[in-house]
Amino acid sequence: MQYIGYKGNELTYMETPTLIIITLLCATGAYILGRNRASNIAYRAGKKNVLHSLPYYYGVLSALWCVLPCLFIVLAWNLLDDYVVHTAIVKLLPGSVQALPDSEIELMVNTVINNALYPNALIGSNPPDYILQAGQDYLRWQQLSQLSLTVVVLISLGLAFSLGWLWIKPKVHARQQVERVFQWFLLFCASIAVVTTIGIVLSVLFESLRFFQSVNLFDFIFGTHWSPQTALRIDQVGASGAFGAVPLFLGTLLISFIAMLVAVPAGLMSAIYLSEYASPRFRATVKPILEILAGIPSVVYGFFAALTVAPFIRDVGDLLGLDVSSESALAAGLVMGVMIIPYVSSLSDDVIKAVPQSLRDGSLGLGATQSETIKLVVIPAALPGIVSGILLAASRAIGETMIVVMAAGLAAHLTVNPLESVTTITVQIVTLLVGDQEFDSPKTLSAFALGLMLFIVTLILNYVALYVVRHYREEYE
Amino acid sequence: MNSNSGYNGLFDPMLAPGRTLDFAQQGLSNKTVGNPFSEKAKMSVRNLNVYYDNKQAIHDVSLDIKRNEVMAMIGPSGCGKSTFLRCLNRMNDTLDNCRVEGEVTLDEHNIYDRKQDVVPLRARVGIVFQKPNPFPKSIYENVAYGPKVHGLVSRRAQLDEIVEDSLRKASLWDEVKDRLFSPGTGLSGGQQQRLCIARTIAVSPEVILMDEPCSALDPIATARIEELMAELSQNFTIAIVTHSMQQAARVSNRTAYFHMGRLIEVNDTRRVFTNPEHELTEAYITGRFG
Ligand SMILES: Nc1ncnc2c1ncn2[C@@H]1O[C@H](COP(=O)(O)OP(=O)(O)O)[C@@H](O)[C@H]1O
Ligand SMILES: [Mg+2]
Repeated sequence: MQYIGYKGNELTYMETPTLIIITLLCATGAYILGRNRASNIAYRAGKKNVLHSLPYYYGVLSALWCVLPCLFIVLAWNLLDDYVVHTAIVKLLPGSVQALPDSEIELMVNTVINNALYPNALIGSNPPDYILQAGQDYLRWQQLSQLSLTVVVLISLGLAFSLGWLWIKPKVHARQQVERVFQWFLLFCASIAVVTTIGIVLSVLFESLRFFQSVNLFDFIFGTHWSPQTALRIDQVGASGAFGAVPLFLGTLLISFIAMLVAVPAGLMSAIYLSEYASPRFRATVKPILEILAGIPSVVYGFFAALTVAPFIRDVGDLLGLDVSSESALAAGLVMGVMIIPYVSSLSDDVIKAVPQSLRDGSLGLGATQSETIKLVVIPAALPGIVSGILLAASRAIGETMIVVMAAGLAAHLTVNPLESVTTITVQIVTLLVGDQEFDSPKTLSAFALGLMLFIVTLILNYVALYVVRHYREEYE
Repeated sequence: MNSNSGYNGLFDPMLAPGRTLDFAQQGLSNKTVGNPFSEKAKMSVRNLNVYYDNKQAIHDVSLDIKRNEVMAMIGPSGCGKSTFLRCLNRMNDTLDNCRVEGEVTLDEHNIYDRKQDVVPLRARVGIVFQKPNPFPKSIYENVAYGPKVHGLVSRRAQLDEIVEDSLRKASLWDEVKDRLFSPGTGLSGGQQQRLCIARTIAVSPEVILMDEPCSALDPIATARIEELMAELSQNFTIAIVTHSMQQAARVSNRTAYFHMGRLIEVNDTRRVFTNPEHELTEAYITGRFG
């Protein structure tokens, strides 16, 4: 059996990273040459303003001429390469294999490639000849492809380089052209974020749809019982799984509500004190300290909540003759509230500071007291910013997981009693996905449905807040 | 009080147009020429000194403002006009670094008295600022703000009445009566300034202080405000700071000239602009510095 690993010494070619580095080097050269050429043209003409743009722009333009086409070719080639080679390998395989279902063909192709790349890895196995043969061909194509890529890139580099060189004429609007390229580049960067977001939303949406094929939408939204254990075997008993999300929503709302009850008054009041009453020195010391609160990892708050606050609440409850469970929504909510104080206070402080002094003077000049001025003029003027700070804090509270896991428990109780243990959407998502999971069981998929709900809820929250802000905003210039 | 001695150099016959006015920087006297005092004073200022941190901004100023007169204050920028004006309703209290010494009386009552509450004081001595600063609320709410804060009204109808009355007095009513509930910040600059005047009038002050009320406005808006001032002076005592000498000449009865924190000259406006008593006043109104 003739079987030799293919060595790259018959045909020489460059790897993609090398090509990119060469392209960049050429671009640097093109920049320098282009700029000099432009300066020379201007110098030889001897007059001012022969060039439409500054020499620098001609240099950048030459560099762009080099980089953009080559980068495009390399990218496109690498994307197409895989696909073409794949199809070609499939064509080489015997008809019996080609008749197999798609997923098996896929497996076969992988075997071919692995055999070719790591011929000694599978010593025990004895692959059929057609696999070895295909592997050889695969390697040859691979090389051929890379070689032709090298050639194409080098040729186009040369072409682009000289074209870019010739392109430099006094009348060329280099500045506008460069600006336009940068504009497209920025647009490209901006679209990355947008496309990613859309991708995530769509993926969550489709997985949720799969979930709703096995679980009724209404059972999910209005069901009051949550226990996502599904049967692994058909004959298993007592584990049919219930996916009523109401207890989770209620738990989330309860804890977030308690947290906001702590954070909004404390944050807002401290912001008012810091920006309106405190001396500059006090403010300069206290504000950073307050902001450190935001930097403490939530897991630290979590064990603080679980080990200190929860037992304390239970003890106080015992004293008062109340029945408090050792993990309670109250403990988690209180600690979470402390955690998000800086979100409210820091943003509010900034917007309150941004309210023009002239408005305060106007109010004080009419004989209003400082507190009346704050209440009637400053806060209304700063309201949009304050609301967005509160919103940020709210979304942080809704999304917070660690504190709840540690201090409020995992049990999905349907209750609004802050002294009982509850669980939240995020905590359930974590517990659903921790450990080995079957990817298409309803249990796993329900995490996506929960995620989708969370997303929709936050979206609505944002929208409502935006509406409120726009409706009641008091604009100052 | 400093003696007059440092002054002698100022009467130098060499002082001709175009000569540098370095002398203005030296040995100023705190003595005011003209007639700063009056029998029927609404407000009297005696020996006022104002300091920002350790820098003195007002040096020993004494001045009476007569009932129902329009008193104009002019002078080069930075000479302390605003500082002086803001002392008249204790707006300087809002600045941490500002210290005021001396006596300011309103109807013979010292407003810097320890027992004086600034809330009623500022209702009696209102202030209009350089840049129109309407609250970001509706036109109605802007005017109703003061009466509400001071609890002057108990019924909505009364408030409506005050709002309309104030807007009429500020000659803004006709322009805004159909949009009382649209934002005050949506008005033009001149309208905004008249709104601020209406807002001040709404708490029925006795004295209205105006700090360059027209400097952010175009000439037409300025003319309207000047007209308004003439009307207002029938009911109110007005003290106005202005950087425009024409404006001072047009609207005021008396003019006070400030220079480097000193009150140099106070006289009838016509006198100040036709036949100033003091060299510095003359230098200023003839445009040799400003
Ligand atoms: N808040 C302040 N802090 C420190 N110095 C001030 C303050 N306001 C004004 N000053 C100083 O006091 C002097 C008088 O200022 P001001 O009364 O505003 O003058 P004018 O209104 O005549 O232009 C100036 O030298 C100014 O720099
Ligand atoms: Mg001023």
